[in-house]
Amino acid sequence: MPLFAHLRQHQRGSPLAATPRLPYLYRMSATTLPPVITDWFQSKGWAPHPHQLDMLARSDDPALLLIAPTGGGKTLAGFMPTLADLATAPYKGLHTLYVSPLKALAADIRRNLETPVAEMGLPVRIEDRTGDTSSHTKRRQRADPPHILLTTPESLALLVSYEDAPRMFAGLKRVVVDEIHALAESKRGDQLMLALARLQTLCPDLRRVGLSATVDDPAAIARLLARHPDPCPILTADPGPDPDIAMLTTSEPPPWSGGGAAYAIPAVLEQVKAHKTTLIFHNTRAQAEIFFHNLWLANEDALPIGIHHGSLDRDQRARVEAAMVRGELRAIVCTGSLDLGIDWGDVDLVIQIGAPKNVKRLVQRIGRANHRYNAPSKALLVPANRFEVIECLAALEAVIAHDLDGEPRGDGPLDVLCQHILIAACAGPFSADALFAEMTTAGAYATLDRKDFDACLDFIATGGYALRAYDRWQRLMQRPDGLWQLRDPRATRQIRMNIGTIQDTDTVKVRYRRNRGGKPLGEIEEAFAATLTPGDTFLIGGQIVRYEGLREMTVEVSPDPGRKPRIATFMGTKFATSTQLSDRILRLLQQDDWPGLPAHITDWLALQARVSRLPEPGRLLIETFPHDGREHACVYGFAGRNAQQTLGLLLTKRMEEMGLDPLGFVATDYATLIWGLKPLTDARALLDPAALENGLEEWFKGNAVMKRTFRASATIAGLIDRMSAGQRKSGRQATFSSDILYDTLVKYDPDHLLLRITRTEAMRGLVDFGRVREMLTRVGDRIDLVPLKRLTPFAAPLFLEAGRVPVEGMARERLMAEAAADLMREAGLG
Amino acid sequence: MGNARRLLPWPAPAAKNRPMSESKPHHSFTLAGETLHAMRSGALYWPAQSLLCVSDLHFGKSERKVRHGGMALPPYEVQDILTRLQADLDLTRAGTVICLGDSFDDITAHHGLPEAARLWIARLQAGRRWVWAEGNHDPGPVDLGGTHLAEMALPPLSFRHIATRGAVAEISGHYHPKAAIRTRAGLLSRPAFLIDAARVILPAYGTYTGGLRSSDAVLSGMMAADAIAVLTGHSALCVPMPRQDVRIPS
Repeated sequence: MPLFAHLRQHQRGSPLAATPRLPYLYRMSATTLPPVITDWFQSKGWAPHPHQLDMLARSDDPALLLIAPTGGGKTLAGFMPTLADLATAPYKGLHTLYVSPLKALAADIRRNLETPVAEMGLPVRIEDRTGDTSSHTKRRQRADPPHILLTTPESLALLVSYEDAPRMFAGLKRVVVDEIHALAESKRGDQLMLALARLQTLCPDLRRVGLSATVDDPAAIARLLARHPDPCPILTADPGPDPDIAMLTTSEPPPWSGGGAAYAIPAVLEQVKAHKTTLIFHNTRAQAEIFFHNLWLANEDALPIGIHHGSLDRDQRARVEAAMVRGELRAIVCTGSLDLGIDWGDVDLVIQIGAPKNVKRLVQRIGRANHRYNAPSKALLVPANRFEVIECLAALEAVIAHDLDGEPRGDGPLDVLCQHILIAACAGPFSADALFAEMTTAGAYATLDRKDFDACLDFIATGGYALRAYDRWQRLMQRPDGLWQLRDPRATRQIRMNIGTIQDTDTVKVRYRRNRGGKPLGEIEEAFAATLTPGDTFLIGGQIVRYEGLREMTVEVSPDPGRKPRIATFMGTKFATSTQLSDRILRLLQQDDWPGLPAHITDWLALQARVSRLPEPGRLLIETFPHDGREHACVYGFAGRNAQQTLGLLLTKRMEEMGLDPLGFVATDYATLIWGLKPLTDARALLDPAALENGLEEWFKGNAVMKRTFRASATIAGLIDRMSAGQRKSGRQATFSSDILYDTLVKYDPDHLLLRITRTEAMRGLVDFGRVREMLTRVGDRIDLVPLKRLTPFAAPLFLEAGRVPVEGMARERLMAEAAADLMREAGLG
Repeated sequence: MGNARRLLPWPAPAAKNRPMSESKPHHSFTLAGETLHAMRSGALYWPAQSLLCVSDLHFGKSERKVRHGGMALPPYEVQDILTRLQADLDLTRAGTVICLGDSFDDITAHHGLPEAARLWIARLQAGRRWVWAEGNHDPGPVDLGGTHLAEMALPPLSFRHIATRGAVAEISGHYHPKAAIRTRAGLLSRPAFLIDAARVILPAYGTYTGGLRSSDAVLSGMMAADAIAVLTGHSALCVPMPRQDVRIPS
């Protein structure tokens, strides 16, 4: 459907002859489109878009990036040169490789290519290959590959690891990377580009095509896609009309804090009734679950409404998707799982619940509505609390100004590089020099230092430990001819089983008890499952269920509609407001008045300006005031949730050193509120960057964020095996925790490569120290410490925020002692 | 909200006005009339006999893994185990040491023990009675000092690697028990002693050792209804042995 949806629209709507593009089409098609294809187009009464023909005209470029909005027919544009080629002359072997971030997308594209190929009568075999493909088919595909193979980065990495990869990929002419903007944001993109570097060595004439949604920095994606230093021209399709986007107005003002937006349920239901199909996007799975639950309670007309997110059971998701395609659903409450690619049907409204945090993603989500090229997408933003009203307005202005945001990705991560060395070793003996040269043709690794590469190679070969303990048992050995190979060829099996960069959190499946039919419902995080006791209730897939017990690593539940549920936690990313959006908000606050904001917000801002002051760009506002018998300091850093959280940890540590006796803090995207016994009077001493960085050093040693980051990187780099199902099931003397490895390295080998990687990753991930540092540098000594008698309008909502971090009494040991004493007392033993 | 948000990420400073919880170095209990200490390190001390018992050291675990083509784990577990054992011996000045089986991950691990570690073990053995009890991983007699025994009786107690049903006054290891308790910061799990009127099961002393939750049927079935668990770590914490079947994050 996505391939030809735009063409059908021509069929439905505007008559072909009326499009001014037609002469262009004929001019181009006369020279490049084979008759069988032009005939087919004409038989359908369809016309290709100019950018689709541009792609064809430039099919000999070594790399080409197409930026087109959703519904712009970009996938067909990517395949145009392939179809033209295959229609001209018979071909033997693999011609074009298509890579997309979603398994479902690969299957979807296959179905949508097969129809026209059959109608044109082209002798073209099209197959997909993902984790779901049967092992029989997979084997056959390696021996006798199709003309067009549709796959994912992980499946491709696996293919590249086989000894027979050179045979399978021999003669490969083109590769199409779909939704490359999504891949570019994660390590999956880095892994894919290393695999493409390998393919390019096997097939030097390989042409690369990237297909991307609208992004802030197309050049960065072009750099990622092209073989370094090849050029990569960028084609931009007509972006279509601007979206019709507004804030949803409700009679009731939003609450002061929180993220649920329950206040907007009646207004959202009205919108659902007024439209054919509405997508209701949420930033987190937990919020989607709560909202869906509340929506159902208010859904008196029993409108068919579904829920869709990544933690739901696959069958359940598939059912929702199918119902949507059939047009049976009026609304789908969803998360990022519906962000990408697949066209689920005739969506005419997108509602974003909660501030979008990131303008680029908002624009991509809006594009999900009105999946027709020439119609504006319709979208509504629903702020979840009052501060988000301001953020939503800033985001609206950014969308209208086409001002997209993005954080530079930085250099290619070394853990992915380590895994690629393992993949190379599986494929056969390799030369370190050649592998290094090949890797540096991947844009993200173009500036890779040979020293870093050697450190990674040493890590894979020997473990890279300061104590050289494994000389006899090196994993990789250098042969007399200088090539490296696996010492034990049996290791390939384990390596291949662990290919991939997607970090699965430890989740456990949830299903109904057997006497209730045993229906699978989805997954919850293991850490959350561990806090459940029989009788506890929680929400999953919009239903309240009661925890009954754990059987073979599956949580068994029964329906329990009557009770107030706990909220299951999902690992899903918590997005921080982007730098660009934060800047916009700060600038917006500087205006003299705010015509775009409702009165309850402007009153609030005016009051804040009167009793204290409004935060300003380039300065740092810190308010101090006593409240409820404690001293408070509110630091308006506007650095995003993760950075404000890190700032809270570092500042309370500094305050402890300064004798201010901090007791706790809470962080939002905009500010950190700290409370303690003594008032802050010297803000400069508190924010001394050198002292803060020292605090960070110490913090790195024992913290949970670091351990989590370590586990992710150590798994990707191959130090830790992903647990196989069998291992987990037994539960017996299970593999010991990665925390033990982390602690051991910190203690005995603090300079080890993996600790270095962990720090780098943490700094740009959850810790986001980069933004703390950037904020401190930007404000310099322009710090406004405003001592006040009482709490301020801006600080007040922070008192209602969840996620307060107590500084006192949080040592694990104290808590354990407390809990142990309680248990003994309860048992009559204390 | 993950634990990361709720936990203080650095050790709380030794603040003047808010002392950390008292660390309890061991939990004292009696078995067959004998007073025993379940130490927070995971070692068992018998003051009357000046005897220290540790179980499941698994020396050479990392080496065995890499030998079989796996990834090379940080090769510091021998050093780490010996550091801790030395500290326990310095603390207790025990005259007898029993290593209660699975001291070595396998025979090759024993041969692969670095010279420095052998010398270190010899230093620890000097002036002490030292017993290597046999475990299922263990290779049989080793060419390190000490006595090799299948099991050892020291009335009223008997020491063997794997607990036997119906035994009394028995000290064993093998299962690597761990126990979890719910705290305000979520479920926290630690290697643990399991203790009832008839037996003690020691936690694994080795660095690279996973654990079997006390709620597992094999342990729940073996231990009496009134069994306790003593969690190791910063403090030796005594709780009623957790039996509820919750998954313990390892």
